[in-house]
Amino acid sequence: MSGPALYGLLAEFHTPAGLVKAAEAVHAAGYRKVDAYTPYPMEEVLDALHLHRTHVPKLVLAGGLFGMAAGWGLQYWSSVIEYPMNIGGRPFFAWPAFIVPTFETTVLFAAFAAVFGMLALNGFPQPYHPVFNVPSFVTASRDRFFLCIESGDAKFDGEKTRELLKGLGASEVSEVQP
Amino acid sequence: MASPSRVEHPVIGPGHTFATVTDKISSLVLTTKTPLGWFFGFGVAFSLLMMLLATVTYLLAKGTGIFGVNVPVGWGFDIINFVWWIGIGHAGTLISAILLLLRQQWRTSINRFAEAMTLFAVACAGMFPILHMGRPWVGAYWLMPYPNTMGLWPNFRSPLIWDVFAVSTYATVSALFWFVGLIPDLATLRDRAQNRAVKTVYGMLALGWRGSARHWANYEMAYLILAGLSTPLVVSVHTVVSFDFAVGVVPGWHATVFPPYFVAGAIYAGFAMVLTLAIPLRKAYGLEDFITMKHIENMAKVMLATSLVVAYGYLMEAFMAWYSGNVYERFMMWNRVTGPLSWTYWMLILCNVVVINTLWLKRLRTSVPYLFFVSLVVSVGMWLERFVIIVTSLHRDFLPSSWGNYRGTPFDWSMFVGTMGLFLTLFFLFIRFLPTISIFEMRTLVPGAVPKEDEA
Repeated sequence: MSGPALYGLLAEFHTPAGLVKAAEAVHAAGYRKVDAYTPYPMEEVLDALHLHRTHVPKLVLAGGLFGMAAGWGLQYWSSVIEYPMNIGGRPFFAWPAFIVPTFETTVLFAAFAAVFGMLALNGFPQPYHPVFNVPSFVTASRDRFFLCIESGDAKFDGEKTRELLKGLGASEVSEVQP
Repeated sequence: MASPSRVEHPVIGPGHTFATVTDKISSLVLTTKTPLGWFFGFGVAFSLLMMLLATVTYLLAKGTGIFGVNVPVGWGFDIINFVWWIGIGHAGTLISAILLLLRQQWRTSINRFAEAMTLFAVACAGMFPILHMGRPWVGAYWLMPYPNTMGLWPNFRSPLIWDVFAVSTYATVSALFWFVGLIPDLATLRDRAQNRAVKTVYGMLALGWRGSARHWANYEMAYLILAGLSTPLVVSVHTVVSFDFAVGVVPGWHATVFPPYFVAGAIYAGFAMVLTLAIPLRKAYGLEDFITMKHIENMAKVMLATSLVVAYGYLMEAFMAWYSGNVYERFMMWNRVTGPLSWTYWMLILCNVVVINTLWLKRLRTSVPYLFFVSLVVSVGMWLERFVIIVTSLHRDFLPSSWGNYRGTPFDWSMFVGTMGLFLTLFFLFIRFLPTISIFEMRTLVPGAVPKEDEA
């Protein structure tokens, strides 16, 4: 009954420990297109599925450097080139005074990069996702823990995968319609 | 979101599970029965907001002549209120960012509404410098660097433009931080809402959040980095606010102690406001299991610690006035403690230095009604501090021939009280429509949230 029409199999667990144990076993069995759904961030699941890589810090560094260059450049260009104004004989290129706005624009663009970068890496906004088709999935944001093996995985085999998840203590294994 | 510790949690009442935490906090929002007290409080706040609207309308029609400011006191209520409000906001960022980096778990149940308080306080603060220009539309090109038809650019060598950058960055980053923290909780509300329209609205705001482990990895990193960015940012904001004064040459303003003294004062005032809001909130909504006595007492301790830094600032101002040997500085201090406005100085010492030190006694520190009283006293004291710094420094400066006095007009007062209406209106809307406590972070405090090897 499995086929390309299926998104994957979703197993439900009642305890965080049950999910972590299952995630470790599934990863050990060679499944790679696996995702866990938890009501709060769990380091242990990330460890079990080897999902610790994130590109957010690189984006933040780039955003911060851009903000720094933009803030400094704006002040230099407007105070020295475009609109030099003699105020109390102070130099046009008053670099110590430029540090404060430069710091603020650095923080501003780094924060933009962190937030919008995170949303983009997660593919948000994404109003539709197949896992929402499983009726019990609403409890993923309350007190249930889910593990999904996607049908695109090389090792995915409807019956065998279902047996594996059942054997790992899942209270329920549901098919996820695409 | 410090990683959940492996010890007992006095920061959450006994017997809670993932489900009870979720249901309790989300039910405050998803209920169809709004408490009667909410309508009463919102009504009062909204009336004050309308008073603000009327005052601002009259201000824009008539100009700043309706306020008490004039030569020699050119900065009055507007700047006092600006500094007061922006200072209050600082506690929210301290709780959400600095205590996160320090892995203080007790921050979890108070960070959401403290961040909301930050946003609303900054919104109130931002109105004052803009409106005290009288005709704010004319002032846009003084503040914002944009290519205008006059070819003018702001003067980046002035602390006032630094202030524009600091406060607008602070407002933006605080809003982003707050929204990122809300995303998983908005998803909870989406999943638990019964009404289709409510579900749709929260669903759109949640952006499709589904708690995927891949998403949590990016999310946690982004949240941590935002906390790391907010920490120097919040310190920079009140430092820059203090530069507005310290860079000038007016006796009473020109002091190197200003940045740390202002930052400590901001945290002091902010924690007082968090207590002022938290104490009625936990009572009205029965949140004593989440905002426990541990939270209340810790906040009292932070207030007490920062009050000592502030008291040191007062002492140093007086000492430096004498030690500098400068006749104007000495006169400023003497005028401050014995002049026509000396009652404001002694009231300030009473509110900010004397009353707060009663919190050394544990019995008083753990008495909720007493703490509520102290938090109000501190808010008054911090307002008076800004009054003393601004007005008593200006009203008698270098030339006795240009001395004067200052008092707020009824419009000064109606604008100040009106911004309290704006603040409370936004706060009442927030506690009705968004989860007041971070649900997903509370789940991490539930016993058993961290799987151990020997379980399962």
